[in-house]
Amino acid sequence: MFYRENGQFKTSYKADQQIFPIAQDRWGVLLIVAFAFFAVPLLADEYMMRAILIPFLILSLAALGVNILVGYCGQISLGSGAFMAVGAYAAFNCWVRLEGIPLIAALLVGGFFATLVGIFFGIPSLRVKGLYLSVATLAAQFFCDWAFLRIKWFTNDSASGTASVANLTAFGFDVVTPLQKYIFCLSVLVVFGVLAKNLVRGAIGREWMAIRDMDVAAAVIGIRPMYAKLSAFAVSSFIVGVAGALWAFIYLGSWEPAAFSVDRSFQLLFMVILGGMGSIMGSFFGAAFIVILPIAINIVLPVIGSWVGVEVSTAALTHAEQIIFGALIVWFLIVEPHGLAKLWSVGKQKMRVWPFPH
Amino acid sequence: MGFFLETLIGGLMAGMLYSLVALGFVLIYKASGVFNFAQGAMVLFAALAMARFAEWIPAHAGITSPVAANLMAFVLAAAVMFIVAWVIEYLVLRHLVNQEGTTLLMATLGITYFLDGVGQSIFGSDIYKIDIGMPKEPLMAFEKAFDGGILINQEDLVAAAIAAVLVAGLSLFFQKTTTGRALRAVADDHQAAQSIGIPLNRIWVIVWCVAGIVALVAGMIWGSKLGVQFSLSTVALRALPVVILGGLTSVPGAIIGGLIIGVGEKLSEVFLGPYVGGGIEIWFAYVLALGFLLVRPQGLFGEKIIDRV
Repeated sequence: MFYRENGQFKTSYKADQQIFPIAQDRWGVLLIVAFAFFAVPLLADEYMMRAILIPFLILSLAALGVNILVGYCGQISLGSGAFMAVGAYAAFNCWVRLEGIPLIAALLVGGFFATLVGIFFGIPSLRVKGLYLSVATLAAQFFCDWAFLRIKWFTNDSASGTASVANLTAFGFDVVTPLQKYIFCLSVLVVFGVLAKNLVRGAIGREWMAIRDMDVAAAVIGIRPMYAKLSAFAVSSFIVGVAGALWAFIYLGSWEPAAFSVDRSFQLLFMVILGGMGSIMGSFFGAAFIVILPIAINIVLPVIGSWVGVEVSTAALTHAEQIIFGALIVWFLIVEPHGLAKLWSVGKQKMRVWPFPH
Repeated sequence: MGFFLETLIGGLMAGMLYSLVALGFVLIYKASGVFNFAQGAMVLFAALAMARFAEWIPAHAGITSPVAANLMAFVLAAAVMFIVAWVIEYLVLRHLVNQEGTTLLMATLGITYFLDGVGQSIFGSDIYKIDIGMPKEPLMAFEKAFDGGILINQEDLVAAAIAAVLVAGLSLFFQKTTTGRALRAVADDHQAAQSIGIPLNRIWVIVWCVAGIVALVAGMIWGSKLGVQFSLSTVALRALPVVILGGLTSVPGAIIGGLIIGVGEKLSEVFLGPYVGGGIEIWFAYVLALGFLLVRPQGLFGEKIIDRV
């Protein structure tokens, strides 16, 4: 139909190698970004911003980071929650200990320390592979859980063990109301999205993919496994760290180590797998799915219950949520093991050749 | 010296309990290549079933003898685990043949949520007790050798004995029966096993069923120690370092890995913990396992990983 590249001739290398070579893709993405910046603030109310849009934006950023490591470089990590925690607490310490540090700088410092920790826990990946590695990365998770709970220095010696921030400003603008927070997160996400998209289609991204597909073969053709794997850990944990800092600063405001428990790691991995491994787009799909699903279940179930005349109790709702969530995940993996991004690309392909099947 | 030995023995006992959970992981991974994260949920599910049946049978069937009631509850819970195994095979595994390890891992995580939800919906989500008459009072040993002797928890001793019997039984089952031989064949090579007429699907049901019964025994012992509640499902996370330390494919590895982790955890907690603020058990186990992995990436007894281009 309208999605065709017919007649779009490339006359220079630059045009041939742009991020979105097809004009419709280019305009589509620009339209979506413009919609998110200008139309969504007019359409969405505060609850929508706070409960759905902000978590969606931040978790997509985290999923993007995890996707670089898991989807592009093939190193399964169950320690993403820990890297988020490191980002959050490093940014927090920066924020309280250095007077007047800009918010952006604090977030980047959070990302930087997450990078250091990520590289450190990535070192075993040079020797330990596959499922063994994924379990080994849990070491990072449990160590960080413990460290942020027990070592009081990290939480600025607060008596309750909670860290909290308030009165955020960035570039002279307040980041206080849900709308301001939404715009701030969206800006960060767009910047990192463009960066990540460019990284994975550059030389380094190709190295990661080569390592993922067959690391021995990659080493034979001259890709340094150590450099490729550790750089994937570094980039991934930087993005995840920034996402963690955002999650803590923007979404939670005050938080405890439990906010970054092993469940968070699983959740991020779910996003990547359901969204599509090795796809930037997939991270957004996965995050949207995982964020919206529990809310949808919570809204829909009592309604269905009232139709059939059954009062759904809170406990039953929690259990039903678990059951539906688990069942849906299994069903999804069976129907489309390559994730939502695969459905997306299949759809695009169909449109390109429409009305013919091939 | 006496205190050190006491800690050591306590660690060995705790290790046997970890091995019980780890065993379930290994059995399923060996036979189907699925890294079954749902093992913890299965432990919780089985323990919940057992606890509630043991409560319901005297109330409704009029059987008053606790031994008979417990025995019946055990059999019923085992039957429930068989149904769970069959359902998982029929609805999930069958459709995911030849998928990547990650996808299968995620599927078992989905099963984890599902089982947690179903178990608590059917059997309730309070704290329940399993009382199978384990002796509670501690036992003094080696009073001649050391001053004051060594305190040994009798409950742990019984648990370790049950675990040992279970492992011995499983080894016999694997080595001496026809089904066991078929299981080992499937573990060795799916295609070759299929080509000589071993039905893969039935083998998977059997192996998930065996893992379910192992989970039931683990749940029974852990449940009688800690009470049956949601936190029981986190024993899976405690058992993971055991599995990778011993090697994903090795039954003896699960046992020895369990002992190493158990001892390491207890000794570190007692002798290292006070200096860093305590509570280091759980991450220390993972770091210990990671240390072993750096020397042997496939675990102590795992099959050597050979990379081919």
